[in-house]
Amino acid sequence: MLHLSTFRRGGVHPDDRKELSKNSPIEVLPVPHNLVVPMSQHLGAPAQLVKARGDEVRRGELIGQASSFVSANVHSPVRGKIVDVTTVRLANGATCQAAVIQPDEIQGDEFTVRHDWQQESPESLLATIRDMGIVGMGGATFPTHVKLATQGKKVEALVINAVECEPYLTSDYRSMLERADETIEGIRIIAKILSPQKIIIGVEANKLDAAAHLEERLATLKVTGIEIQPLKMKYPQGDEKQLLKATMGREVPSGKLPIDIGAVVCNIGTVYAVWEAVVFHKPLIERVVTVSGEAVATPRNVLCPVGTRTGDLLAFCGGSAEDADRLISGGPMMGFAFADENAPVTKGTSGILALKAENIETGVCVSCGKCVAHCPMGLMPNRMFRNIKYGRYQEALDLGLLDCKECGCCAFICPAHLPLVQGFKLGKKMGRRK
Amino acid sequence: MKRVSASPHVHTSMDIRKSMLFVIIALLPSALWGVYAFGLRALAVLLVSVASALLCEFLLGLIDGKRTTGDLSAVVTGLLIGMNMPPAVPFYIPVIAACFAIFVVKWTFGGLGCNWMNPALAGRVFVFFSFSSAMSAFSAPRALAADALASATPLSAVKTAIGGGMMHLDYEGVLSNLGYSTTALADTVGSALHISPYTVDAFLGNIGGCIGEVSALLLIAGGIFLIATKVITWHIPVVYLGSFAILSWIFGGVRAGDGLFAGEVLYPLFTGGLMLGAFFMATDWVTTPTSRRGEIVFALGCGFFTFLIRYFGSLPEAVSLAIILMNILTPTIDRYIRPRKFGYVKPVKEASK
Repeated sequence: MLHLSTFRRGGVHPDDRKELSKNSPIEVLPVPHNLVVPMSQHLGAPAQLVKARGDEVRRGELIGQASSFVSANVHSPVRGKIVDVTTVRLANGATCQAAVIQPDEIQGDEFTVRHDWQQESPESLLATIRDMGIVGMGGATFPTHVKLATQGKKVEALVINAVECEPYLTSDYRSMLERADETIEGIRIIAKILSPQKIIIGVEANKLDAAAHLEERLATLKVTGIEIQPLKMKYPQGDEKQLLKATMGREVPSGKLPIDIGAVVCNIGTVYAVWEAVVFHKPLIERVVTVSGEAVATPRNVLCPVGTRTGDLLAFCGGSAEDADRLISGGPMMGFAFADENAPVTKGTSGILALKAENIETGVCVSCGKCVAHCPMGLMPNRMFRNIKYGRYQEALDLGLLDCKECGCCAFICPAHLPLVQGFKLGKKMGRRK
Repeated sequence: MKRVSASPHVHTSMDIRKSMLFVIIALLPSALWGVYAFGLRALAVLLVSVASALLCEFLLGLIDGKRTTGDLSAVVTGLLIGMNMPPAVPFYIPVIAACFAIFVVKWTFGGLGCNWMNPALAGRVFVFFSFSSAMSAFSAPRALAADALASATPLSAVKTAIGGGMMHLDYEGVLSNLGYSTTALADTVGSALHISPYTVDAFLGNIGGCIGEVSALLLIAGGIFLIATKVITWHIPVVYLGSFAILSWIFGGVRAGDGLFAGEVLYPLFTGGLMLGAFFMATDWVTTPTSRRGEIVFALGCGFFTFLIRYFGSLPEAVSLAIILMNILTPTIDRYIRPRKFGYVKPVKEASK
């Protein structure tokens, strides 16, 4: 019997709905008629636009320069012309500067020359990753060169996050099936930078076929030292704190980072981007996006340039139904609902979902304690929410509000369907203001 | 235009109304057994009780401008009150109990979610102390209808007998001394399993008592249904029953002069409405602690006070009073007993100067 580990405290089991798109292979989106490339696609300072309206750009040419250490370069996803520089509203509600690029009729493939990375030093690999604008592709979009720069701290384990615990999303699953060899080489590149004592790939039980495929490729390629750890299905296992608890049995202390317990967590999509960056010097200019949901005609996994308007992506998948109620960027548990189909795909967009209306009503708190039992962080969402509701932000902070990562387990399970996460987002903002 | 809302964008379909519906489903087998055992009069009591709870909720909703009857919580309250009535109770008693529960205990504190005492229990206790004799007049179950004695609940009969000086006997001894009868089925099963036929009758529900409290079997089945559907978790019922059973085993024989570790376990568990209390009253969402640790403390308290009141108190209301007592302590438990935070590190104590 296969041993499946998981994290212990809290968590929920939403219907995973991956069957909608898990069997569609990654398809390449035909180059759209124009792209909106935002300068802020990552956590940290926005990139500085280094091109102007009217400039011709090559595919992969730098158009946004990282403006500080925690920032990331932005490159043109296509060959074409910058026809406008504008302000765009991203799916997460933030606004930022963006270059509108009109692609040329003819696009070439510039990234065909293999570079031998085995001879390179870790520093030079890290520099390449920085130059290519690689960020975490699981959704948090933390610049990868910052994460991998461990400043001499010892790395005990490199944990590859292939959990993909958000319902609907299948881009990582497809990547594992279709890009196994590249992913394995990417892991070896990251391992060269970090020299970890062990490497673990965490995969949930609904993707055991992909795990078996990776295992088989590891054996064929005679790569050793990479362990695949199957995990019981439970949301939010893809969160790095829960993943480390599940794979290493350790808790990241409140307010600390994984590196403080000797671990680095890397999303499996990011690993592929690192591979492209190091082997072909290809910047992060495209990604696989799962387009799914009950209100999408044909759910698919689409490889599309960063900057693709979500409307174009939806149209490629047969459009969204009349009764589509919400559009979501990311997964349904932590993703953002957005209204404007002009919002572009960014480096962190793992999915675009069109969902039908849910038949739910908000009630009153009945102190059932389900939010407490299911909170993976051991918080008391009911009490924090009540404090925030009455403006007692300090009390909410004292109860551990800043440990809340808005995973949504509490609001998912709440029988009164209270907007708990919304409350916590507000509470954090108001608490900081004081 | 698409709707924009905060995450998460999917939710469980298990809402308050559905949970209440599951509680009703879980209660029905025991309630129907009560109707079978005590006759149509019992059904009338149940109906009067549910109807008056619903009507009360509806009328109070008119004042608030809210329609809350749809959440079914009033039906649960009414049903529980009905199940806690003796079969032959005059109809005005469940009406008063239901109105007290819905109006005084629930509505005046702000409605669903705001009451600090289980409304059904409070209603029952209120009418018990107001109409003690009517609330203590039980009738014999169908299976023992020929037996005049069976119209007193065996638990209070034993308590009276021991109080009257009948020593050194277990429940079976006291009951057979008193001349209590058993069903033929219980005799067969009891001798096959080497347990007292009185215990078997109590487990199956062939004893005198309130309409919905007599069949331990069906109440346990209902409780398991609620645990399986995740309306409640196993923690409160198991810890409550477990702590009560252990205390009964250790100290239960003291009053009969048998010393320590001589008490009976099964019979006390199956009687006195303990199953109804453990699975359906002590698990009420509103009036129990919200953290797992708090729930365990709550359940231990329930077990302790149930034991204390049942064996050493002068009133037969052990389960109700124990749970109400712990309801009162719930906010305090919730204040001081919190779950352990993920990644919590004990702050290093600063060296004192």
